Formats: sequence, structure tokens, C-alpha cells
Amino acid sequence: MPKDGIGASTKRREDIRFLTGAGNYTDDINIHGQTYAHFVRSDVAHGKINNIDTSAAEAMDGVIKIFTAADFASAGGIPCGWQVTDRFGQPMQEPKHPILAEGKVRHVGDPICVVIAETLEQARDAGEAIEIDIEELEPVLNMKDALKDGATKVHDDLTSNLCYDWGFVEENRDAVDAAIKSAHHVTTLELVNNRLVPNPMEPRVAVGHYARANDEYTLYTTSQNPHVIRLLMGAFVLGIPEHKLRVVAPDVGGGFGSKIYHYAEEAFVTYASKVINRPVKWTSTRSEAFISDAHGRDHVTKIELAMDENYMFTAVRTDTYANMGAYLSTFAPSIPTWLHGTLMAGNYTTPLVYVNVKAVFTNTVPVDAYRGAGRPEATFQLERVIDKAAREIGMDPAELRRRNFIKPEQFPYQTPVAVMYDTGNYHATLDKALEMTDYANFDKRAAESKARGKLRGYGLAHFIEACGIAPSNLVGQLGARAGLYESATVRVNATGSISVFTGSHSHGQGHETTFAQVVAEMIGIDVSQIDIVHGDTSKTPMGMGTYGSRSIAVGGSAMVRATEKIINKAKKIAAHLLEASEADIELKDGKFSVAGTDKSVEWAGVTLAAYVPHNYPLENLEPGLEETAFYDPANFTYPSGAYVCEVEVDPDTGKVDILGFTAADDFGNVINPMIVAGQVHGGVAQGIGQALLENTVFDENGQLLTGSFMDYAMPRASDMPSFDVDHSCQTPCTHNPLGVKGCGEAGAIGSPPAVVNAVIDALQRGGYNVDHIDMPVSPSRVWAAMQQG
Amino acid sequence: MYNFEFVKPSTVAEAVAALKDEGAQALGGGQTLLPTMKQRLASPETLVSLSGIAEMIGVNAAGGTVTIGGATSHAAVAAQAGAYPALAALAGGIGDPAVRNRGTIGGSVANNDPAACYPSAVLASGATVVTNAREIAADDYFQGMFATALEEGEIITAIRFPVPQAANYQKFEQPASRFAMAGVFVAKYADGVRVAVTGAGNDGVFRWAEAEAALSANFSPAAIEGLSLSGDDMIGDVHGSGAYRAHLVKVLTKRAVAACG
Repeated sequence: MPKDGIGASTKRREDIRFLTGAGNYTDDINIHGQTYAHFVRSDVAHGKINNIDTSAAEAMDGVIKIFTAADFASAGGIPCGWQVTDRFGQPMQEPKHPILAEGKVRHVGDPICVVIAETLEQARDAGEAIEIDIEELEPVLNMKDALKDGATKVHDDLTSNLCYDWGFVEENRDAVDAAIKSAHHVTTLELVNNRLVPNPMEPRVAVGHYARANDEYTLYTTSQNPHVIRLLMGAFVLGIPEHKLRVVAPDVGGGFGSKIYHYAEEAFVTYASKVINRPVKWTSTRSEAFISDAHGRDHVTKIELAMDENYMFTAVRTDTYANMGAYLSTFAPSIPTWLHGTLMAGNYTTPLVYVNVKAVFTNTVPVDAYRGAGRPEATFQLERVIDKAAREIGMDPAELRRRNFIKPEQFPYQTPVAVMYDTGNYHATLDKALEMTDYANFDKRAAESKARGKLRGYGLAHFIEACGIAPSNLVGQLGARAGLYESATVRVNATGSISVFTGSHSHGQGHETTFAQVVAEMIGIDVSQIDIVHGDTSKTPMGMGTYGSRSIAVGGSAMVRATEKIINKAKKIAAHLLEASEADIELKDGKFSVAGTDKSVEWAGVTLAAYVPHNYPLENLEPGLEETAFYDPANFTYPSGAYVCEVEVDPDTGKVDILGFTAADDFGNVINPMIVAGQVHGGVAQGIGQALLENTVFDENGQLLTGSFMDYAMPRASDMPSFDVDHSCQTPCTHNPLGVKGCGEAGAIGSPPAVVNAVIDALQRGGYNVDHIDMPVSPSRVWAAMQQG
Repeated sequence: MYNFEFVKPSTVAEAVAALKDEGAQALGGGQTLLPTMKQRLASPETLVSLSGIAEMIGVNAAGGTVTIGGATSHAAVAAQAGAYPALAALAGGIGDPAVRNRGTIGGSVANNDPAACYPSAVLASGATVVTNAREIAADDYFQGMFATALEEGEIITAIRFPVPQAANYQKFEQPASRFAMAGVFVAKYADGVRVAVTGAGNDGVFRWAEAEAALSANFSPAAIEGLSLSGDDMIGDVHGSGAYRAHLVKVLTKRAVAACG
């Protein structure tokens, strides 16, 4: 086995360029003759556009052209990639999402017109000279008010502000009601899952370049999935066939979901470049990112948990309002439904589940997937209500979970919410986390804190997620307008080095290292001989990109399948060179040998023969060594884990300090333990950010009050403890070749309930009768709760 | 940012002359003005940098007084104002290293951001704000949020702090900006105790008279116990209510007194 094969904590090769400032991000791309686009955006949440006067601006220095919606009369709207069917069998309401506002503006930040100028400053100057007459309308902000009869409508051509009323599993609705009615004990919790602004380090950028000579378009963009952008923009918005449209997503500085979607700015620069026959660049400012990147979460939920006299869960019923914002972002409808309702069994044997979700249009920035996407919302409510239930019945929360866990011998386990978990061992991860955190001696630590005037709390959460997204035939039935396979081409060069072209996209995940380790392991050559190429539709086969913790599980599997084809062909060549039967050829440590003999040929000898086929079975075998595979997963993968947070609350100020955070995850097999630990660290940091700090607040006029880092609290290193992570509990995935499950989102899914459970535990132990505090659990909210409790 | 002219005088007199031009604006460390200009919310025609004026830079301790030049950075105060430890500690806790190396005491006090740290030290110390034209007592200087006694074109050349017998600054940070959500500076002098509060008050930095009286009579945390501030007079925003800030001020005052030892 090569030293940097599967299981090695190989250092990330991409970090050399990132840490030395040598990365090539979209904003680093400058094309000769480039112009600059400045978007003029709505500063009101809801209004009727009476008039746009661009005459003064057009006369200003450097201005090339000013675009309004009228310039896009022939273009389509920004498409939505998922159609949800409501509980009455009807399709969701789907409003048009124009590239530039048509007649109305629907959220602060909605683009109205765009100035293209020779310099960015000239474009901004001209933008300020455009006179826009907007008649303000009442903004639609509160989701429950938005659904009342006679409410102002965000979209006049829809029947109401309801996108859909979804029930799952609809056939169980009455049975769940009955189970709750007849339960021994029912615990109810009402909560808000706070809206988050993604804030990747790199804001979005798009550069459009039309080449008139060959009628070809190139879009450089900050995307997690360039082929998806090519498909959506080419086929649905601009009508450009794929062979004339290249989409490149070079180094991308974080996405967290917000760079999955097709945005208006991408279509704009692509189209405008043709109109003015020059390259067009747009770079988002941080302020713009706050009001134009799709936000995350924003659910208002009531959950009820029913138990029998043995405190076995008998039913879960939830009632959620999910904010869509003003338009449907690419995957928005799927998040509160299929990525949320299907997880509501959690790690438990609850036989009956009913999830109701009302998705609502409001005059706010659109909401879509954000790290975890639906699964954090499911996990948070479930793990919070279980904690509350344990308190109500006077049982140890770990014990209540343990007795309701699906047992190891019950896998594969068919849940009542459609998904079937292939493997898992929840008892193992729970025991591991309790052991790592010295649960048995927590009371001593609490007493020590109390002696210092602090309230110490222990918070536990267990989670399950559905990753490795996703079986295409299944998601097609559920309303997806795309398949969710992945692709890879493995190109072996004449001297034996390898370029792997993957449809996955790395924007921080370390694929260039991890993927290379897998191929190095399979062939037995040094990892330095393998390059991973991604992010360019002109290079890689049609791929679906990176999100939903799918890269190693789906993209990695495609790469394994293509590499297997390579090895099969290489064995045929080796058999010819060694004058042996193909069945007798063995590949080990980069050398083909004939079983039971000392005859062998090196990997490079075979690859050279493939490209210099002088001694080669040309009558039976094509020259060359390049294979492509598409992999469509048979099921989701189901990572799970137990997370523990230990906090101290300052009763004088309400401030929460996180003393320790422990994650015991089951990710199945692990390729690079260091990278996996880093993914968990990042996810947990984001989860702690949501739990303690981050909040997106609109005022009564729909203005974003937390529109900068002065008021939107991002987590910082000083807010974090040193994480204690473990992934030694491994139940390998049964349906993909690597036995992997994915690790990208786990941290953000499992951590928020662990943090809030810990804070509530601290307050309860301190004598405060506080059942719940909505996130972010800020000092002022903790203090206010203590005044009530 | 819009285009502007930039001048960097080397004396106070040159700076005063430059600031007489229409549209001229003094630039200290630029920690507030430059971001505002980047957002196109300010558009001075000329920036008059005060960072090249040697007579306005430095910390001088003599005769129970610490005098700090108006263009002295927070980092320099943190490192050099050891004669007034509470003041040095306050300066060392402002923002982050980049802010502390660029931001200046004169810029902060001239701006009088209601959540800035320095105004509480100036007011609690009964310091004297020295300008190119006059000397202004701290009690006369602060006139509400972002409002001061400074005239148009007037430059803070130095601030003189009488060193107290004991002092301490306690800051509770706003979670996002890390500015003071409430900050309390307690300074004990031979003739009484002064308590100044930043970050919390509706009208910017203020003296808490009841606390001063109580602490002048009995300099211990217990002296504060029965006192309270009205939340109605405090800032309420997405980070916390006025009542919460009023509570924080009391907690921080007690902690500051306790820390005075």
C-alpha cells in the first residue's frame, strides 16, 4: 500500500497555493477588454416600479450600457430545480424569477438595473445617477400573517403567499393524531430555526466572456456545480446549447450551499457580454452578499413527541412554516420537505411520523440549502424535544435516547418516513461520546463551576443525516428536475501519471488530496502521480457538483468505477506483455505479475504500451488508457453521531462559554482522517455560530438590520473550544464501493441542539425553570429567560 | 469610495490651515471614516491626515498626569501608558491588532461613537481634552452620540489624564462588532469616585451619579447593590434590550470596583 493511500492523514496539497496566495479565484480572472457591472438593487422590500430614468446615467463617463428588465424580454426566468407536490396532489405555486425586476421589487437587494462601464467606480457613479421611482407597498414579512385571508401578496399572479402545504407521510396523518391523543405522555415544543446568512469567505463573482468569432460563451463563476449552472442557464434562461457554453468554477472560497444555485448575476454577465461584445465582470461586495446570496434555515416549528408508559416513542407530529423568501431559489422547495421530513424518525424506532410544512413567500431574500439543508432543522427540533421530554419524565436524556434507538441488529431499517437506513450503530457512538466526555463525573465538574458562581450544563444530541445525494430515480419521483449521479474520467498518461476529471467540485473540502489517495491505493502508485481536475465543463464529464456530503460517496464511487475499468484493461495489456492468461495477472504495489511466477511488468510499462502499441493485442484491444464512469447511488448514505457540548453560563450576564465540544461520528470508512476531522471542526463551528451568535433580523419594513459584520455575529476562533472529534465507530456504507458515508455537513447538523441542550441543562441545574431559548442563545436572551424562569 | 485629495501636514498649524478649506476633513487612524467612505456614505473632498504630526504622537507621564498625543495609536497607549494601568488595559482591548495599530485616541474621542471604549476613560478620569485652540474639560466635552464640543476644523492635539488611586474598565462585548455593548470605567480619586458608562446609554457616554455617590462613601461592590438604572434610558437593539443593558452596567460596575482591589 502506498504511504498516502486510504486511511492516511495526507496533508492537503491544495493548501500550498491557498496559503501562499497563489490560488486562482474567479476575481483573479481578468480578460482583455473587460468591463465592470454594477447592480442597482432595491432598497425597499416591496414596491411597484413606476419609472426608471437612466438618461443622465447613460451620458456619464465610461458608461457602456445600462440594462433593465426590458433588455431581457426574450430570456427565461431563473428556474427552480425541484417541484414539490402538496398534500392534496397539486404542484407548488411557482412564480417567475426574472433576471432583473419586472414591474415590482420583492425584497431589499432585488436587482433592478445594471450599469456596465469601463471601470467599477464609473459604473457605481452612474448607478447613483439612475432615477428609480418606486411606489412602496406593504411588505409581507411574518409567515403566519402572510397566509391570512386578504394578506398582501408577494406575487400578484399567484393565488396566495402559500407555495405549498406539504404533508408527510400523508397517509399516516390520522394514525399520528390518534397516537398522540392516546399517548401516555406528550411533550410539545415550539421553536424557531433562525435564518442564517451563509457568508463564505469569498463573495460571489461572475465573469462573462462571449467570443463572437465562434459564437461561444464562457462563464467563470463561484459555483459548487458548474455543469448544473450550464444546464439551468443554457437551457432555461438564455437558450444557449451546451456545446457553445463553457462554465468554469476555478478555486472557490467556500460555498456552504450558497454557491449551488443559479443566480441572476451569472445569466446577466453571460448575456450582456454578447450584447456589448466585451467581457463583463461582477464582483459582489460583502454588503451585496448579505442581500443577494440565498439565506438558510428560517423555520417556525411546533413539534409533539408522544410516548407510551415505557417511554418508547409512539409518534412524532410537526407543524412547520418554512420561509421561501421572495422567489424560489434553485433547490428551495426540496429543503423543508424531502431533506427535512424524511429525517424526522431520527435514530429512533418511532413508528408513526407526520410532518406538515407550509412554505411561504415573503418580501425577504430567498432561502435555500445551507450546510446540512433541512437535516439540521429536523435534528434540532427532534433532539430538543427529546431533551425536554427526558426532563418532564425525570429520565436521563442519554437513557431516553438509548432505549428508543434503532438497535444494531435491526439494520437495514425501514423508517416510516420513506428512507431505509442501511447501517448504523447508534449505541456505539453514544457510548463513545459519553466516555470521551466523562459523563459519569459531570456532577463533580458542575459543583466546581457552582463554587465559582457559574452554571455548568451538559448537552447531548444524536443525529442521523441522509447524505450521498442521491438516487436519481427516487429524487425524480419526488420532484427533482435533475439526476444526482456523479461522473469521473480517469486519463492515464503514457508514462503512467494520471489525471482524474471529476464532476465533484472542491471549494474547501480537500478533494484534490482525498481523491488522489483513493486512486493511489487502488493502483499502488505514489499519490504525486495523480492529479484531480475539476470545475470546468470543457474538461470534466457532465457532473452534478458538490453539496449534500456527496462527493466521496457519489463522486468518489464514480472515480472508483472508472479506475476499475482502467485496471481491467491494464491487466489485459499486462497479460499480453507477459504472455500469460489475463486471469493470472495480479496488480500489487504498482506492478503486474503473473501469479505463481516471478514474471512482472511495472505500471509504467503497461501504460507506455497502451500509447506506443508496438507489442500490443491491437486485434482485440483499443490502444490508450482512459475510462469514464457515471455512478448513480442505490440509496442515500446515513452518517450519524453523538455530539456533546459542555457549557458554563455566567448567571450575572447570561453569557455562555463553551468549555468542551465532542463529536463521535460514524462516517463509515474514512479516507483521510485529518481532512475528516477538519470538516467536522468547520461544521461544528458553523453550528455553534447558529446556536450562539448568528441571526438574520428584518425590521417591520423588511430592511435587513443585521446586514454587516457589525451586527451579524459570525463565529470566531475565540468563541470555540478545542474540539474533540472521533470517528472510530465505523459501520461502512453497504451500497457504495468505498463504504463511505460523507462528513461535510455532520458538524453543522449535530451541534446546534447539543449547544442549546447544554444551556438549558445549565439553567435548570441552577434552579431556573427555563424550557427553551430560541437560537441564537445570546447573552441577552439567556438573561431574559432567567428573569422569567 | 469617491475621489478625494489627500494631504499629510507635519505640524498642527499646517493641519489647521488645511482644514479651513471647504470640504476638508481630518483623518485620524481612519477606523470609522475610511469604511464610511468605502460605503459611499461620506465624501470629503480633502482628507487631512494627522498621522504625520510628530508633536501629536506619544505618551508622557509626569507629576501624576499621563498626557497622550491625539495621533497616538491604541497599541502605543497599551504599550506605553503603564503609569495609568487601567487606561493601558482599555487601549489594549480595543478591536483587534489591526485596529489598535491604526486607530488613534484623538480620532476615537473626536468621533465619540456611543460604543467606543475611550470616551468612558476620558469622562471617568475627568481628563482634559486639549485642542489646537483650547482646553476642554471632559464633563463639557461629550454632548451625546457622535456629538462633542469640538468646533469645525478643531483638532484634538492631546488628552491629559490625572492618574487615579485605583481604576478599572470592564467591557461586555456586543457579539458581532465586539464594540462595547456596555462598558464601565471606574476611577477612584482622593476627592471621590467617578463612574462613566459607554455602549449602553441612549445619549452616548454618561456618568452614573448614584454609583459615584455610593462608591465615594463606600468603595466596594456592595455599595452598588441597591442601585439601578432605568432601561428606558438605555439603547435597545437586536443585541439586547435597554433593561438588559441597564443590568449589565450594574454588573460591570461591581466587577470594576472589585477589580480595583
